[in-house]
Amino acid sequence: MDSLTNYLLVSSILFSLGLYGVVTRRNGVAVLMSIELILNAANINFLAFARFGGMNMTGHIFALFVIVLAAAEAAVALAIIINIFNNFDTINIDDVSELKQ
Amino acid sequence: MISGNIITDFSLLILFLPLIAFIINIIFGKRLPRQGDWVSIGAILITLILSLSLLMNMLMNWDSDFSHEVVISWIDLGAFKVNLGFWVDNITVVMLVVVSLISSMTHIFSLEYMKGDIRYNRYYAYLGLFTFSMNGIVLANNVMSLYIFWELVGVSSYLLIGHWFEKHSAADASKKAFLTNRVGDIGFFIGIMIMFTAIGSFNFQDLFKGVSEGLVTGSLLTFAGLGLFMGAVGKSSQFPLHIWLPDAMEGPTPVSALMHAATMVAAGVYLTVRLFPLFSPEALTIIAYVGGFTALFAATIAITQNDIKKVLAYSTVSQLGYMILAVGVGNYVAAFFHLLTHAMFKACLFYGSGSVIHSMHHSLHELKDHDTDPQDMRNMGGFKSKMPITHWTMLIATLAISGVPLFSGFLSKDAILAGTLAFAQNYPQHFLLPIFGFGAAAITAFYMFRLIFMTFYGKPKIEKVFKGIHESPKAMTFPLVLLAGLSFFIFYTLPYFNPFSDHGWFTELIKARNSAVPGNPSAEEIYQGVHHAHYTAMALSLLVAALGIGLSYLMYIKEKFSAEAWAKKMGFLYKLSLNKYFFDENYNRFLYQPFLKLSRLVAYIDWDLYDKYFINGFGHVTKFLSKITGRIDYEGLDQTLVDGVGRTTQVFGEKLKQVQTGRLQNYMLFALIGVILILVFQAA
Repeated sequence: MDSLTNYLLVSSILFSLGLYGVVTRRNGVAVLMSIELILNAANINFLAFARFGGMNMTGHIFALFVIVLAAAEAAVALAIIINIFNNFDTINIDDVSELKQ
Repeated sequence: MISGNIITDFSLLILFLPLIAFIINIIFGKRLPRQGDWVSIGAILITLILSLSLLMNMLMNWDSDFSHEVVISWIDLGAFKVNLGFWVDNITVVMLVVVSLISSMTHIFSLEYMKGDIRYNRYYAYLGLFTFSMNGIVLANNVMSLYIFWELVGVSSYLLIGHWFEKHSAADASKKAFLTNRVGDIGFFIGIMIMFTAIGSFNFQDLFKGVSEGLVTGSLLTFAGLGLFMGAVGKSSQFPLHIWLPDAMEGPTPVSALMHAATMVAAGVYLTVRLFPLFSPEALTIIAYVGGFTALFAATIAITQNDIKKVLAYSTVSQLGYMILAVGVGNYVAAFFHLLTHAMFKACLFYGSGSVIHSMHHSLHELKDHDTDPQDMRNMGGFKSKMPITHWTMLIATLAISGVPLFSGFLSKDAILAGTLAFAQNYPQHFLLPIFGFGAAAITAFYMFRLIFMTFYGKPKIEKVFKGIHESPKAMTFPLVLLAGLSFFIFYTLPYFNPFSDHGWFTELIKARNSAVPGNPSAEEIYQGVHHAHYTAMALSLLVAALGIGLSYLMYIKEKFSAEAWAKKMGFLYKLSLNKYFFDENYNRFLYQPFLKLSRLVAYIDWDLYDKYFINGFGHVTKFLSKITGRIDYEGLDQTLVDGVGRTTQVFGEKLKQVQTGRLQNYMLFALIGVILILVFQAA
């Protein structure tokens, strides 16, 4: 049970779900959440390879960086989404097409 | 004694100063103070001083063979060479003095005469142009540049005759003068070209040499000579091209004095004098007859004219005929002598007539009378007391032209008549020539005194007009007095004082050259003949002059015969003379009208046939072809090929545009598909 394959399987499932969410969701917040899923899938990969690849703490540190970055990104992105809502009265990203020809 | 270089400089200055005055006046004249007349007068006075210094130089040298030639290459195409240049000899110097003197007098006279004219500056400019061209003729050393200046003289004559072009008669007269001269100039040009093809040069000296070497002989030489003479016929207004000169009197009177009496019309005589060595005996005979006939014929017209200027115009034609006659009989020095003396007294007469007309004009103007003709002698009479200076000067000039001893005209006319008489003595078959000459002399004396008597003597015809008559201002009387003074014999016979012999500086310095044509009598032979006939001719000419003057006196002062009764008695002849032998009418009927008809026919062929069918047909064919090529170009090339490329691009653009949805998620999906595809290919 305790093998690399399982971790990778879980992380790829998470990645695929995140990707699916990014591509299909119309709601801006949902898209953000899906990005979080993708980042977490990457984190699992880092940790899994760190555990099974014999790479000391490198993976963990990377995962921590990713979590910090994700937090920062979420803060910026949510601020953008609030602004979008203020300007357009919606957070549906398809409706935000002011610059489209 | 002036050196050659200075003569060159003087000649160039004499030639170009009037041209500079012309250019300044024509461009800036209106803006200059006094409309720029001082520019012209300054230029012409300097020209006069330079000419006089050349004359002084000639008198100091006392060299009858004096000659100074400057040649500049103009066109050099290997085999075809044309040189320009000028040739100053004694004839040139005398002629330069005549031109610049009369021109100066005209400039001064016009100060008053043309005062207030609407085209005052242009008038002075044209006088400058004329003086330039006339000096060009005089200085030319080859027939080509002479011809160029010849035409320039024609142009300035045209411009000045038509100075008051608002008057239809003046505009017509200027055209007539120009076109009539054109007829003569064609002949002149043919003559030049015959000479050039045969001899290969335009230069006078080369032509003389070529003829004496026999490069041109026989009838060709005669033709060439007559061609050259035709130029003189046109310009010097000889029969049958005399018709323009009387009409040219439409121009301002000072212009008539300068151009149509003293200088320009003398250019023809000057030409024959210059080219005398080229004329063959046959040509000279024809020249003599043309001249003699013109002298008599024009004199008979002058008898009946009532317009004071017309009388003088026909008198000019007649006197020019004299000169041409003298050239024809070989006595061309006498012709040139008469040219010189005639220029002085005829210019004086014209200024006198100008003074009279000016005064009449003022008088009529004050009376607000616009119907009375100020030039008609029948409206004058008794002016002697009112215009003493004009009267005396005109009387002196009249005595000169009538050939009365003590006056210049006597000497020159006598020389011509002696030459003619000698010619007839040598060739009795030409007995008509002296009859022409003496006949014309008698008639000249008659009509000139008729003019004087009708104008200045007798009772005033219109009392009212007479009251307003007054002497002209100084600017007008000064030229009169000067030229009347120059009508005395003394100025032409110095250093001798014999009024009955033309022996003097002129005859010493202007020596006849031998004809270049082999077989023509030499200058010495002609001179001997003239000398022989001198006293007979003098007696005869005195007799005919006295006859003419006496008859005129009896008719117009004593009124022994009534002029009207004579006119009635001679009804037909009187009408013939009064209407100038119907020359204008006959030219109109037999030359202009048929010519107009011919022109109309040619115009019809050209316009209605050639233009309409041939040229327009060409147009139609071209239009049709253009339509076809236009269709191929527009519908074939433009619409399918060129527009096709555009349309294809547009279609592709429309299709590809749809890929760019603007939705992030779509792009993401594409990117994903791309990554998957790359992975799949990598794996495979």
